Amino acid sequence: MNNDLLFDFTVDKAAKTVYITREFDAELSLVWDAFTKAELLDQWLPPKPMTAKTKYQDFKVGGKRFYAMVSPDGQERWAIQEYTSITPKTNFKMYNAFADKDENPELPGSEWDHTFSEQNARPDKPLGRGTTKVSITIYNESLQRLERILDGFTIGMKMSLNNLENLLTTLSQK
Amino acid sequence: MRRDIFQAIADPTRRAIIALIALQAMTPNAIAENFNTTRQAVSKHLRILTECELVKQEQQGREIYYSLEIEKMKEIDKWLSQYRKMWETRFNQLDNVLSTIKKRKK
Repeated sequence: MNNDLLFDFTVDKAAKTVYITREFDAELSLVWDAFTKAELLDQWLPPKPMTAKTKYQDFKVGGKRFYAMVSPDGQERWAIQEYTSITPKTNFKMYNAFADKDENPELPGSEWDHTFSEQNARPDKPLGRGTTKVSITIYNESLQRLERILDGFTIGMKMSLNNLENLLTTLSQK
Repeated sequence: MRRDIFQAIADPTRRAIIALIALQAMTPNAIAENFNTTRQAVSKHLRILTECELVKQEQQGREIYYSLEIEKMKEIDKWLSQYRKMWETRFNQLDNVLSTIKKRKK
C-alpha cells in the first residue's frame, strides 16, 4: 500500500456525481493499460473476495466490454461498458450499465470520464519514473444504483459512519 | 413506487426543508413560512420526502408535525462511505498489479 499517494474522493449528491482522484507510482502508459485492458482490469477492479471475468472487449469508440463480477459463492453480476470517447493515454469516456447474462442492459446506467496525466518528476523520483494521476468522474442518473453496486461488497467491510451533523452542514451550505 | 433518495435531496428547497426539520419537528405552515413559495409547493416537497421515507409525520392534536428520519439520512452516508472504501480497496489492488508488472519489466 502506498500511503503517500494522493487519494481524493468527493460526492456531489445534488449533481449525482462522484469525483475520484488517485495518484499511482507508475508511468502513464502502464496506468493507461491498467484502466483500458480487460486482462489487467480483471485483476484489480473486483474488490476481494470478488473476482471478475471479461467475456469480450473491443476498446474503440462504440466498442464494448462485457464482463461480470463474480462473488465467492459463484454469483455473476454482469455489466456492459460502452466506450463513447477515447483520446489515447489522455482520456476515455464510457457508459456503464448492469446487464443480464445475455447482454441486455438495465438502464439507466452511469457515465464515466477518466483523465490521465503524468506528474512532474519529484526530487525523490528519478526522471522517467514519475507518477500518474487519474481523475475519474462518475455520473449516476440514479444514485440509488450505489445500493446495488455495494450489495456485493458489504461483507467484512468496516463501515465508518459520518455523523449526521456533518451531512446536514454540507447540505445546508449548498 | 419507491422514490430515489438522491432525487429527493437533489432539490435545493427539499435540502433546506431537511435542514429545518432536523432541528425540530414542524408543521407544514411553519415550514412554508421559511420559503418564498406557496404552501402547496411546500406540501408537494414534503410528500416527496415522505415517499422517500426521509421525513415522518406525527399527528399532535389538530396539527401534523414533520420530522427527519435520521436513520435514513445516515443510510445515505453509509452507502457513500462503503463506496469510498470499495475504491480504496480497488486502488490498493491496482498498486500491487502495477508494481508486479514493473518488477517483471526489469
